[in-house]
Amino acid sequence: MGVVASLVIYLAVAVFLIGVGRKVYRYASTPAPLKIPTTPAPVTRTGVVFRMAREVVFFESLFKASLWTWVFGWLFHAGLFLTLLTHLRYFTQPVWGWVAWLAPLGPYAGMAMVIGLAGLLVRRLCVDRVRYISAPSDYLMLVFLLLIAGSGLTMRFYFHIDIVALKQFALGLLSFDLQSLPGGFALWLHLFLVSVLLIIFPFSKLLHAPGLFFSPSRYQVDNPREKRHAGGSRRQSGGSGG
Amino acid sequence: MQAAVVDKAVAAVAKPKDFDVPVLGDYLQVPSLAPGSMAHSKPFEAKPVHQEKLGFPGELIDNWQEVAVAKLGDLVKSSRGLQVYLDSCVKCGACTDKCHYFLGTADPKNMPVARQDLLRKVYRRYYTVAGKYLPKLVGAEDLTEEVLDDWYTYYHQCSQCRRCSVYCPYGIDTAEVSMAAREIMDTVGKGQKYCNEIIGKVHKLGNNLGLPEPALADTLEGLEEDVEEEIGIDVKFPLDVKGADVLLVTPSADFFAEPHIDGLIGYAKVFHQAGLSWTISSHASEAANFGLFIGSHDNMQKVALRIREAALELGVKRIVFGECGHAWRVGYSFLNTLAGPFDFLDSNYPVPQHIVEVTHDLLQQGRLTLDPEANDDKRVTFHDSCNVARASRMGSLPGGQFTLPRDVIKASCNHFFDMPANTIGEATFCCGGGGGLLTDDLVELRVKGAMPRMQALKEVNDRHQITHMAAICAICKSQFSKVFPYYGFQMDQIISVHQLVGDALVFNSDPGARRITQ
Ligand code: SF4
Ligand code: SF4
Repeated sequence: MGVVASLVIYLAVAVFLIGVGRKVYRYASTPAPLKIPTTPAPVTRTGVVFRMAREVVFFESLFKASLWTWVFGWLFHAGLFLTLLTHLRYFTQPVWGWVAWLAPLGPYAGMAMVIGLAGLLVRRLCVDRVRYISAPSDYLMLVFLLLIAGSGLTMRFYFHIDIVALKQFALGLLSFDLQSLPGGFALWLHLFLVSVLLIIFPFSKLLHAPGLFFSPSRYQVDNPREKRHAGGSRRQSGGSGG
Repeated sequence: MQAAVVDKAVAAVAKPKDFDVPVLGDYLQVPSLAPGSMAHSKPFEAKPVHQEKLGFPGELIDNWQEVAVAKLGDLVKSSRGLQVYLDSCVKCGACTDKCHYFLGTADPKNMPVARQDLLRKVYRRYYTVAGKYLPKLVGAEDLTEEVLDDWYTYYHQCSQCRRCSVYCPYGIDTAEVSMAAREIMDTVGKGQKYCNEIIGKVHKLGNNLGLPEPALADTLEGLEEDVEEEIGIDVKFPLDVKGADVLLVTPSADFFAEPHIDGLIGYAKVFHQAGLSWTISSHASEAANFGLFIGSHDNMQKVALRIREAALELGVKRIVFGECGHAWRVGYSFLNTLAGPFDFLDSNYPVPQHIVEVTHDLLQQGRLTLDPEANDDKRVTFHDSCNVARASRMGSLPGGQFTLPRDVIKASCNHFFDMPANTIGEATFCCGGGGGLLTDDLVELRVKGAMPRMQALKEVNDRHQITHMAAICAICKSQFSKVFPYYGFQMDQIISVHQLVGDALVFNSDPGARRITQ
């Protein structure tokens, strides 16, 4: 079991890294021919860093748009972020101090994820406008994430697993020294779904994560008069000095 | 026989199809979905003669499907924005109730994300792994005739106002998607008559109206006489004056249409009183750039270059744009890229400047005196034009596009009241006629799309008994003159900001010392 699981995880991580890397490279190398920040926009680079930080950390635009979507979306993402951090305890030996300090928050973070996802799913099902724009994959994604979060939480509360063996397995992955995977259906399901998620990441709407950083409406500085934007357009630029 | 012809003519200018004008309630309500309710709304298609002038095929080509798919691939490769926007939507629905066309028509395909999806599903089908192998799962679809038809219908129900992009957590801008779709359609020979005919006129004569130089000279002369008669002051409207300091580029509607023309008179009065030497150019007698609407970089650039050529030809030191929304977007955001660099102009002034910036500066320097009592008969509100609000700036600070016009208005009149906060500033609602939709074949769309703005106007009117709405966009002004009567307002309640300025301006006998007489 350990070897198969390890290979699946390696494959998933590889697809994720290469897939997202390729996309990021494409985004970065595609020209942005014109200045199109959504204004009012910051007029300096530093200002843009703050704008992006507000988007990434607080989901500023979503907050302006729809309070409920913001509440559920933010709960889910904040929970996910915390959960990822607490998972570092499986991969660090000795466990980093701040990771150990965060560990007790793990279950709450997981519950925040579940509440957020459930809220988003209810909204998707019940608001006619959101239902209209939903494809099967949009529901599946939520169900998927719910299963991941749910299986994780059940291990915490019901089906306790052999944490020491699990940690050996995790550390083995990092050092390419494959170890056996402790038993438990919840754990297998959890790891399997996470692997699948990593694999579909570069081919799905999960690309919104890297996408945000390449969205000209958000990252561009509002200074077209002060500084001529050349944009890397492949087309001929006008004027004499173009 | 004669009567029948007349009847037909009357029918053609009257409402194209009977439709219900939205009823304004106490507050703006998000409608429940009415699928297909605007499926019949399409603008007239461009004729071969309009298409070919812009370098597009005259009519739908035989292998349109193949060419359209290839063009989509090209566009995605040449625009980071488009690529990111097509990939990143998570279908969160945050934008679904933000579009004035959806709010006014209830047609679900007018929800910004649904509008994007019309193109996105084709992009996914041909250019993504998931769409190639699992189309049903991710909502990918082949480019069929029905899809093309939907494109034509619904990408001509987007005024490219960018309201949706304010609220999208990734800034996905449906305007960019609409522009791309229109460019694809042009490339396969399915263009829109209104835009393409107009762009053809600009390429040939320099303005949207197709007004040749002698007619323009005549008009300006007439204006000089009118103004002199009215206020007894010899305010000039110079045309093609070499060596003038300022080149004024203004929407051609300013030369003819009401209430635009009073705005132009206002600019002239400001220049006169400040002693600035200025000129209009017959070569670049149009600020609007419809190349933007059809997403054609080449056409947009060709139109923009006329301004550079005029500036060089006339040897001016500054370029100033008149009141025009999308024009200001192209002027402010793109002109430097498309037609710059402008290092031959006076570097003490931004290139280009907005007329509101000019007036604002002059007021701050004390070079103009306004007497707001002159407008005491008016109770005014201000409509933030979509592309000024969300695609440009005025002055040096973010948000100057909101504060500068209001400063100028407040200096010109004593009774100013804003509409509700969630309908102005960056949240402003489009007038309903922007983005190449200001045509009589789309009246139903225009009337319904104006509903959210009309609702906001009603609210401020109920509280403050508004007499006028001021605007700084030629499209907004024409659109409101048309749709006001549908909602119980008078068509002359829409005015130019610079009409207020012009009416309040105090002339003294010694206009600015730097005045150069011609
Ligand atoms: S750009 Fe404006 S008109 Fe177009 S979809 Fe967005 S909100 Fe609607
Ligand atoms: S707000 Fe943005 S991400 Fe959300 S549905 Fe609309 S376009 Fe998609």
